[in-house]
Amino acid sequence: MRGSRIDYSVILDLVPQGTKVLDLGCGDGSLLAELVRTKGVTGRGIEISEEGVGACIAKGLTVLQGDIDEGLRDYPDRSFDYVILNQTIQAVKKPDRVLSEMLRVGKKGVVGIPNFAFWRMRLYLMFNGRMPKTEFLPYEWYDTPNIHFCSLLDFDEYCGKNAIAVERRVYLSTDRGGRVLKGARPNLFAESAVFLLSRRG
Amino acid sequence: MPHRKEAGPVGLVKKKFYTFCEPPHEMALEGGGRLGPVTIAYETYGKLNRDKSNAILILHALSGDSHAAGKYSAEEPKPGWWDNTIGPGKAFNTDRFFVICSNVIGGCQGSTGPSSVNPMTGKPYALSFPIITVGDMVEAQRHLIDHLGIDRLFAVAGGSMGGMQALQWAVSHPDRVLASIPIATTAKHSPQQIAFNQVGRAAIMADPNFNDGDYYGKTVPKDGLALARMVGHITYLSDDSMHEKFGRRLRGKKTLGYSFNLDFEVESYLRYKGDAFVSRFDANSYLYITKAIDYFDLSLPSGALVKAVEKVKSKFLVISFKSDWLYPPYQSKEIVKALMVNGVDITYCEIDSRYGHDAFLMDEGEMHKIVKNFLENVAARNGIAAPAGGS
Repeated sequence: MRGSRIDYSVILDLVPQGTKVLDLGCGDGSLLAELVRTKGVTGRGIEISEEGVGACIAKGLTVLQGDIDEGLRDYPDRSFDYVILNQTIQAVKKPDRVLSEMLRVGKKGVVGIPNFAFWRMRLYLMFNGRMPKTEFLPYEWYDTPNIHFCSLLDFDEYCGKNAIAVERRVYLSTDRGGRVLKGARPNLFAESAVFLLSRRG
Repeated sequence: MPHRKEAGPVGLVKKKFYTFCEPPHEMALEGGGRLGPVTIAYETYGKLNRDKSNAILILHALSGDSHAAGKYSAEEPKPGWWDNTIGPGKAFNTDRFFVICSNVIGGCQGSTGPSSVNPMTGKPYALSFPIITVGDMVEAQRHLIDHLGIDRLFAVAGGSMGGMQALQWAVSHPDRVLASIPIATTAKHSPQQIAFNQVGRAAIMADPNFNDGDYYGKTVPKDGLALARMVGHITYLSDDSMHEKFGRRLRGKKTLGYSFNLDFEVESYLRYKGDAFVSRFDANSYLYITKAIDYFDLSLPSGALVKAVEKVKSKFLVISFKSDWLYPPYQSKEIVKALMVNGVDITYCEIDSRYGHDAFLMDEGEMHKIVKNFLENVAARNGIAAPAGGS
């Protein structure tokens, strides 16, 4: 993981003080711990790896070891204010199910995704003829945990077709230690994005 | 934060006793019987802080006792059963916490059980001892905790049957437990678990020396009890750990004996475990305690676990082990689910250990780290002071 996490600071801005937050695939709990520390949220995490769970416990976080693909079905409707899925959606088996479940369990969803249509990815594929690798997505095709990539356009289109309202889109670049992109054509220039979602209707 | 230093032993310890519920104020038991007077054997490690808020009650499993850590004398060959987990700088850090462990009622290591003398008759209770439950064990511990002047336990923790008590404490006394750590346990005994216990009980009762439980002062049903322990031991291990520990190695010979004498390492190990158990455990206690855990069903009376735990206020750390086929992780997940639905602050960890059910007793670095970190964080967040002269 990179030292400075621009996505963390964007998510910290999106989540209001004192809310109840569930972080899906919370890893070592860095983001959740930051949310608890700076935003006073009531935080819960779900993490599949024993190592991640151990790290979360060491940070004093409340975490359940579990597979988010196996479901959030035990969680009652709207039991969280915010459900976070940051840089995790590409690693789940059924992203559509996870998205729909997170917007049932949470009033709002925060989804951070890598953009597979980022210009460097496009050039890498075009000129090397090989599966793109970046500093952030360094895996080989055969050992990558990332099995569902999409572009920002794909994700937006999915939300539109599935009654998911996109309330905010924040486009990110890792240039110069990480920054928010304001310019045109984010699907080409953003390396990743954070979406604030809610269920429409 | 507590200071960190090398983990060490608790040193020499002493078994203590507390007697209560003298007739006519006997303890009313869940099964309808009455018991009194009741004596509880217990040990403590570490120091109680000024406001008595740093006490951890350790709850033992089927064959355990109050001797959880340390040694009674320098000559004692082995320390208490959870000595790798309790002590200065260990998971249950005695520099920081006051650790209590008591023998369950129905047991045979100092607490009132079937081998105790019934003051009404002057003879051991044997099978006239009333049926007890996990709830009754906890109720007896509640008397001890009252006696020690502790209003609220900082934590309750235990594996297997100890985990059932940790759950029961949080349900029966929601205001008196800050944190509960049930390990490798279940909210209710499954048919498979009951079946194994029944095999053990049948082995004891089939022993020609059993004599309807009335064997005190005579030949004890040691073959039956040893057999019960052997069956139990198989369920505590995993296929993997048996491969690792014994393989098909032969014991004291180079070739197969082609007879019914012991050939394999695993056979002789089980025999040894069975025989060793007989010297320290009472067959009737085995009957009563296995029955108590077979009766354990936290979801009663409604049958809905979610409803049964709705008054729980404690924080939870639930731990299971992937290779534990006696108390498999799915049973821990049922506990987690019921508590989570009730909004309980619950952390769950499924440790990738190969040691089967016994993992909770083995030197499991991961479990120790998790328990230690959990307790330190809960203590810090709740302003649990270290004892005077401690850290």
